[in-house]
Amino acid sequence: MNDFLEFKNVSKRFGTVQAVDNVSFSVKRGEFFSLLGPSGCGKTTLLRLMAGFEQPDNGSILLDGQDITQIPPNQRAVNTVFQNYALFPHLTVRENIAFGLRVARRPRQEIDAAVTEMLKLIQMEDKADQRPNQISGGQKQRVAIVRALINRPRVLLLDEPLAALDLKLRQRMLLELDLIHDQVGITFLYVTHDQGEAMSLSDRIAVMQGGKIEQIGIPAEVYEAPKTSFVASFIGDTNFVDGTVTALPMPNYCRVRVEGLGEILCYNDKQKAVGDRVNLSLRPEKFHVTLEQPQEDARLNVLRGKVENIIYAGNHTRFWVHIGERRIATYHQHRRYHLDEKPIRWEDEVWVWWDADSGYMLDDYAPLLEERGITPPPETIHSANGKEQRI
Amino acid sequence: MSRRWREISVSLPSLLWLTLLFLIPTVLVLAMAFKPSDGYGGMGPGWTLETIRSLRNPSYPAIIGRTLGLSLLTTLLCVVLAVPMGYYMARTQRIWRQTLVLLTVVPFWICFVVRVFAWKHLLHPDGFIRHGLLALGLIAPDTMLLYTTGTVMLVLVYSHLPFSILPIFAAAEKFDFQLMEAAMDLGATRWRAFTHVFLPGIARGIGTAVLVVLIPALGSYVIPDMVGGTESEMIGNKIAQRTFGDRNLPHACALAALLTVAVLGPLMVMVFGKGRSGTAEKSVGGVV
Repeated sequence: MNDFLEFKNVSKRFGTVQAVDNVSFSVKRGEFFSLLGPSGCGKTTLLRLMAGFEQPDNGSILLDGQDITQIPPNQRAVNTVFQNYALFPHLTVRENIAFGLRVARRPRQEIDAAVTEMLKLIQMEDKADQRPNQISGGQKQRVAIVRALINRPRVLLLDEPLAALDLKLRQRMLLELDLIHDQVGITFLYVTHDQGEAMSLSDRIAVMQGGKIEQIGIPAEVYEAPKTSFVASFIGDTNFVDGTVTALPMPNYCRVRVEGLGEILCYNDKQKAVGDRVNLSLRPEKFHVTLEQPQEDARLNVLRGKVENIIYAGNHTRFWVHIGERRIATYHQHRRYHLDEKPIRWEDEVWVWWDADSGYMLDDYAPLLEERGITPPPETIHSANGKEQRI
Repeated sequence: MSRRWREISVSLPSLLWLTLLFLIPTVLVLAMAFKPSDGYGGMGPGWTLETIRSLRNPSYPAIIGRTLGLSLLTTLLCVVLAVPMGYYMARTQRIWRQTLVLLTVVPFWICFVVRVFAWKHLLHPDGFIRHGLLALGLIAPDTMLLYTTGTVMLVLVYSHLPFSILPIFAAAEKFDFQLMEAAMDLGATRWRAFTHVFLPGIARGIGTAVLVVLIPALGSYVIPDMVGGTESEMIGNKIAQRTFGDRNLPHACALAALLTVAVLGPLMVMVFGKGRSGTAEKSVGGVV
């Protein structure tokens, strides 16, 4: 039941580029599994290896215990939803959906019944005799999905299926994909560079970078407990802070001295000792920014800073606060609307405080993304070593 | 009213072009077929149906049949050779693609007649090809490589092949090869993906190739004249013979009209039967 689909030490090189570098992971039966990463991270190559369009240089791919590495794509019980849909332009919607069954030489009545059922599933019975260039992007998307589903694949591969759609449509297709996954109960392997899509759809996410998997976990795990600075910055926004452990004041907690910021308390699940260098990820939404001093609490980090920049974003406000020599990004949720609450303004002296549990210690020490040659996605905020990066 | 004017002004240039260079000459050729010959290469006064009646000569059906057969076979062979060639050219690396396009076009830099003449040398009874084949025992001592219908066929395919490769390559280059992956992903073999997805995808290119090969091939007369024998004459040879040899212009015109009707008839059925136009003007053919 576990390990329905298994990648074992799979590697693939294109010329000088190591697209997939000794990757091993497994997907459970019926799971919605996402491969998430920036372009060029190897996620699409993994999908193409799975579909059979590419052969791995090393390693093997197992489906339900059977080694499928050498099986050609047309004999794999795996179907793909392509990024640009790849609908056959010379066939109608109905003929496109029927293609898989036609090729398999199924009886005519069976094909007609299955196609009608699929058309009903995507509510496109009225468009059955139109050609792909006569229907909208969202409709093409749905046709591409059911065309791949009609052969009852054991795994459905989805290659950035929503990338070409506009925002509203994407959100609707997200719900629809989720619904289809629940209805058909097929294992989904989903490739995307969009953390939002991956988070909202997946049972588990594998975050990839440079041909390797950096972390596999449920969405909350990769968001709240990122293993590496790459994962922390790729999924959501964060502040990176590096320092040295100075004391272990209570079990599972450590004090960390951060140059230019001060001493902070941090959850120490990595069992670091005094003198160890550590790298912390502090999510902007974990901070509180107030004009009043918060009540004393042993597990609270309280710092004083000056508001440098404010962006009002409707459901939250972003404050960039200068603390010591560093700049920290914080998001303040508007849980209640206080008309008479004294608003925080530019240049205000504020209290910045957060629960020690909210900071997360990363596995890799302070390798700044830029120094590792990684360009962080836009919107990412991270400030470490006193350097300011893009907002 | 102004919209109507715009429509007229937009279509006027092409209408003029077609009228001047296609419609008027065609009508002239058709009309001359009904004029009497004066025996000096000119036309006599009045009108006559004599020339049209003379087309019932029993040698013409055979020549028309041979012309149609050779041209259709040439077209078929050209397309059958050009499709895999175009597929390969579209799939190969850029540098190879450019080289192959160049190699396809380069023969055009040599005069057409010279190229046909080269075949005459290659296939000459004392040429090295025939001697080589004889030495290998692949042909009988009395086999002729030149002046047969087969030779005409070979040279027709040779000279028309680039015209079929270029449009098919152009269509294949625009073809989205991910569609073939999609077909194979859905269980199709590579062959089925090729026949059911690639071929329909380049159908326009194939259509163009058929037109640009079939129509000149129908009117060819240099090739059968130079490498063919008396048994491989095409309608073009007869037209030339009537014009230059017999100096009987009306008879030549009647034959040309016969060819035009034989070509345009089925084409009209194809074009208007499909309820589509746009390719019809490409069917302007003539004697090469």
